[in-house]
Amino acid sequence: MLPLIKFILNNKDIATKLPPGMVLLDFVRYHQHLTGTKVGCNEGDCGACTLLVGELKNNEMQYRSLTSCLTPLGNVHGKHVVTIEGLNMEGLNPIQQAMYDESATQCGFCTPGFVVSLAGFCLSGKNASTQNAIAAIDGNICRCTGYKSIERAAAKVAALMQARSSTEPIVFVTENNILPAWFATIKQRLYFLSTELNGQLQPTTAKEWVGGGTDVYVQKHDVMKDASIRFLFDEGGLKGITQQGNRCIIGASATVTDLCESPILQLHFPRLADHMKLVSSTPIRNIATVGGNLINASPIGDLTIFLLALDATLVFRHGEQQREIPLRQLYKGYKTLDKDPKEQLVTISFDLPGAFTLFNFEKVSKRTNLDIASVNTAICLTMADDRIQWARIAAGGVAPIPKLLEQTSAFLGGQVITETTIQEAIAIAQTEISPISDARGTADYKRLLLGQLMKAHFLELFAKAAH
Amino acid sequence: MKNIDAYTHVRGESIYLDDIPLIQGSLFGASFGSPVAHGVITNLDLRDAITHPGVVRIFTHKDIPGENQIGGIVPDEPLLAGHEVHFCGMPVAFVVADSMEAARAAVKKIKLTIDPLPVITDPREAQAQGELIIPPRTFQLGDTASSWSQCAHIFEGRADTNGQEHLYIETQGAYAVPQEHNAIKVYSSTQGPTAVQRAVSRVLGLPMHLVEVEVNRLGGGFGGKEDQANTWAALCALAAHHLKKPVKYSLHRMEDMAMTGKRHPYSADFKIGLNEALKIIAYEVTFYQNAGAAADLSPAVLERTLFHCTNSYYIPNVKATAYSCRTHLPPNTAFRGFGGPQGMFMIESAIAKAAEELGINAAIIQEKNLLQTGDEFPYGQKAQSEAPECWHKAKTLYDLDAMLQQVQAFNATNTLYKKGLACMPICFGISFTKTLMNQARSLVHVYMDGSVGITTGAVEMGQGVNTKIAQVAAQVFSIQPEKIKIHTTNTFKIANTSPSAASATADLNGKATMLACTAIADRLKKMAAEELGVDVRLVALQNEYVYVNGQRTDRDWKSLVMAGHIKRIGLSEHAHYATPEIYFDATKEKGHPFAYHVYGTAFVSITVDCIRGIYTVDAVKVVHDFGASMNIAVDMGQLEGGIVQGIGWMTMEEVVYDTNGKLRSNALSTYKVPDIYAVPKEIAVEFLQTPHENLAIFRSKAVGEPPLMYGIGAYFALRNAIRAYNENGHFPFAAPMTPERVLMALYPTQKKGITESHEETINHLAVDK
Repeated sequence: MLPLIKFILNNKDIATKLPPGMVLLDFVRYHQHLTGTKVGCNEGDCGACTLLVGELKNNEMQYRSLTSCLTPLGNVHGKHVVTIEGLNMEGLNPIQQAMYDESATQCGFCTPGFVVSLAGFCLSGKNASTQNAIAAIDGNICRCTGYKSIERAAAKVAALMQARSSTEPIVFVTENNILPAWFATIKQRLYFLSTELNGQLQPTTAKEWVGGGTDVYVQKHDVMKDASIRFLFDEGGLKGITQQGNRCIIGASATVTDLCESPILQLHFPRLADHMKLVSSTPIRNIATVGGNLINASPIGDLTIFLLALDATLVFRHGEQQREIPLRQLYKGYKTLDKDPKEQLVTISFDLPGAFTLFNFEKVSKRTNLDIASVNTAICLTMADDRIQWARIAAGGVAPIPKLLEQTSAFLGGQVITETTIQEAIAIAQTEISPISDARGTADYKRLLLGQLMKAHFLELFAKAAH
Repeated sequence: MKNIDAYTHVRGESIYLDDIPLIQGSLFGASFGSPVAHGVITNLDLRDAITHPGVVRIFTHKDIPGENQIGGIVPDEPLLAGHEVHFCGMPVAFVVADSMEAARAAVKKIKLTIDPLPVITDPREAQAQGELIIPPRTFQLGDTASSWSQCAHIFEGRADTNGQEHLYIETQGAYAVPQEHNAIKVYSSTQGPTAVQRAVSRVLGLPMHLVEVEVNRLGGGFGGKEDQANTWAALCALAAHHLKKPVKYSLHRMEDMAMTGKRHPYSADFKIGLNEALKIIAYEVTFYQNAGAAADLSPAVLERTLFHCTNSYYIPNVKATAYSCRTHLPPNTAFRGFGGPQGMFMIESAIAKAAEELGINAAIIQEKNLLQTGDEFPYGQKAQSEAPECWHKAKTLYDLDAMLQQVQAFNATNTLYKKGLACMPICFGISFTKTLMNQARSLVHVYMDGSVGITTGAVEMGQGVNTKIAQVAAQVFSIQPEKIKIHTTNTFKIANTSPSAASATADLNGKATMLACTAIADRLKKMAAEELGVDVRLVALQNEYVYVNGQRTDRDWKSLVMAGHIKRIGLSEHAHYATPEIYFDATKEKGHPFAYHVYGTAFVSITVDCIRGIYTVDAVKVVHDFGASMNIAVDMGQLEGGIVQGIGWMTMEEVVYDTNGKLRSNALSTYKVPDIYAVPKEIAVEFLQTPHENLAIFRSKAVGEPPLMYGIGAYFALRNAIRAYNENGHFPFAAPMTPERVLMALYPTQKKGITESHEETINHLAVDK
């Protein structure tokens, strides 16, 4: 017996018994016949299927863009889903007008995705800068325009939002006729909807566990539709990023966007925004979870490498049982974990960097943004004067598992940083890794690249000012 | 005037193939492609697939009532493999089911047994084994053999370019609907409706008048849907014909990438000779085109490589030979530039090689050898050249000397970052090089309420051709564009069309539209003249009114049309246009194949992060020969988009096949096209309005393909930046310049030569076969 999934689609209440594992894209296009949302790549890499999902957070509407090709219906239960059709008003709305005026559309196939993403920017409450408007469309690929006209349109959209100041975004955009007036009614409707919902989406016998779905729906798209799924994305106990003493505790279902927006992390990682800009795209960061990145066990998971360098500890739960395990002990081989299938990742925690701790993350891929790493690496150094007291360096794309470079780390402990030390560390790292040649680069390249990124770590942390 | 589709585009209301409302009872197809690149089929086991719930029927080559053949230029490509397979992804069977999911699931249950045969992926290897699609062709001017003695400097080398995935965001697809009298209607996402019509007609054994192909618009084409939309249309038509039910197939991205051809990879050997004054005296080049497993459009692409082998330069002695080499990759096909970019990359490599060896800036050689009006191309046509004009205007406008100095100053003071600057002049011939294809027709109806409906052979794929056609009609009738509707492209309305390709669509179909509109306007003017009792030469249509001798009359457009209808004046016209003056004699390899050429010059500057091997394109500054642009917004879009696509080809876009002929860059996660952060920080465009008469519509020169070739400058800018870091660095002339190639060139002691093809891989993708 399939559960009843309820949500609001544009201005319409939906209650459906379609499989909760069906992707939102198929529901919207082939069941609701809203064909403005396009099928481009089926793996979250083009943005043609971008939708907005709104939910009540602290009595305010919070909208995020997402790729509907990777989002199961179960993950929008109790929320507001917005397609391009939901943004249409009499004539063009000002976002559409900006795209129109700047000739930012040619074949038009990617265009609805761009418009939806820009609407997401307007609803986000972000600073009304062109840079932020462009960041909102960093997950949208256009093959026709070369983006320059889209950049010009984005600048106009940013200008639209400049008068907002402290008004709640949804109030501002409805009062200023940027989006349809009925958006103002959604908060109340969602409030009533959420009070009706209960836990009917949590089958205890589920075989598949899904967080944001960003990898599992790429890996096994075809079987997921009819699978029995336990949806973790909105599980209350798995959300949140908190601080206890100098320890940071991240819920397994916290998204990458949650990390980016966490005041705790922003305070302790001054370059957090730069690092996270290298991790996929806005709509993917909005749904990809930290837990998913770790349990997926990809040898090039960006957050995994990040957290390995921070020596994160995981807490698994199985019924009443809890177990703690250092992240560095989790990976036993390619996609093999020290984890019982019934164990659930609950939290990830690590010591926040202190005054003498330095952290850096590096990643190189064929395309700098919205790409999977050829090699990524993170380093965490605790300094005592000009000497390294403790070092932890992790690297991805160089072994069957996300690799903590233990010998390299051990070597660096106690060293004074010199050209020679770095060269020696690189030489030791070469003995710890075993990259393969694949579509992301040859083994020789990955070896050279890791060495270069290790140099980049030290340049970023110590010598940047010199250049 | 804005693109006439922009309004519905931004509202998500434009209709593409997958958006067409389905007729009840429609079925869904999915094709089973060969998992092996080359071999003999010994067994095809469909038992598990046919019993999969929802499966209606599985088609193989045995079900083809007509001819199992879709080859356009050379009949060498079966629709469905029978005895042998020739590339990975070659369709072997077509599953039809009552849902898309069922069709795809059943495909995975098909078992194919193949006795493998040797696989060739390298065009030079194919050439050595005599595996050629057509006999080699040679273009010659002067006499190279006797010229080398006049050269003070002679350099030889090799250059390679890789393929490029079209990555139209809308994948290929078709929807076939059976009609009465055995006819069939096929909705297709194709640039070539007539090509689809011919392929369906041939496969089903039906005359062409029973095959209606309709195209509303494409979500991008770039050449990838010129010939390669045929397969999917023919498969759907085959199934619909047998089952008497509508059948649709909209390809999954991974099917599309694995089963369709791409831009041709080329390898070339060159020899260039210059005199003391740095004039290029002689140039010899041998091209090895990787055609893939069947001819497709490769012979025509090969021809254009030869046409553009000297780019924007005059070289008195040229010998260019080209081999179209049969390998076991999916048949490579048209892609914006159509072989031209590859030809240009090779001559630019030869010039760069000479400049590097002589220790001078390549721009010095480029500038000294620009085509002048009256210079002869290796194929005999005389240039009406705008090359010096573009070059010198760019040089002054953007202050090239200052740009070069800034780069030098930056490089002198920075050790971790280096900048590179390259100049990229272009010259691109406009016309189909196959003369017969340079014809088009337009059907114009003026309805009695004054509204106008137009059907042409042009396919709208974002290039704005329908907007330009509407402009033509609006101008001839002097009415508001809102009164004009451009209808779908349909083979029952316009017959025997050429594909929308070769940048010539607006010229050909625009001129045909102009003829049709003019004929109707002339009839109306004649009637008005009679009505008003004035000489017809004094009558004009202006701003929706009849003017006599420059004075507005009371007769407005709407009443004029109604009066015309009442007087039984023909308000419809079907006009035919054929480009004059052009011809080409392939037996002599001489002629006048192009209506005109488009010229331009770009300066491309790049910064390389020498630690990480990554880079950013700082600026592309262009002076481009538009003739007299009839739509600056549309033309600007073509320019910016073309440049970025060209930069993509030269930088991050890497098509990777393993040695077994299997595509490894088979999804958007492994094949990267530019995103918004990857594009040049600045694209500056100066519209050079050139005064000469030309054969373009309203003298507005074709703009679809030429700008792509500015992107080639990105390769040479990167090369210059790398050499600024590593002065004596010798690395191959091989594109794309991925971050991997850049890093390997920056630190060449790690590894020498061209990076090897990737063999091992992590195979983790769902639809991967």
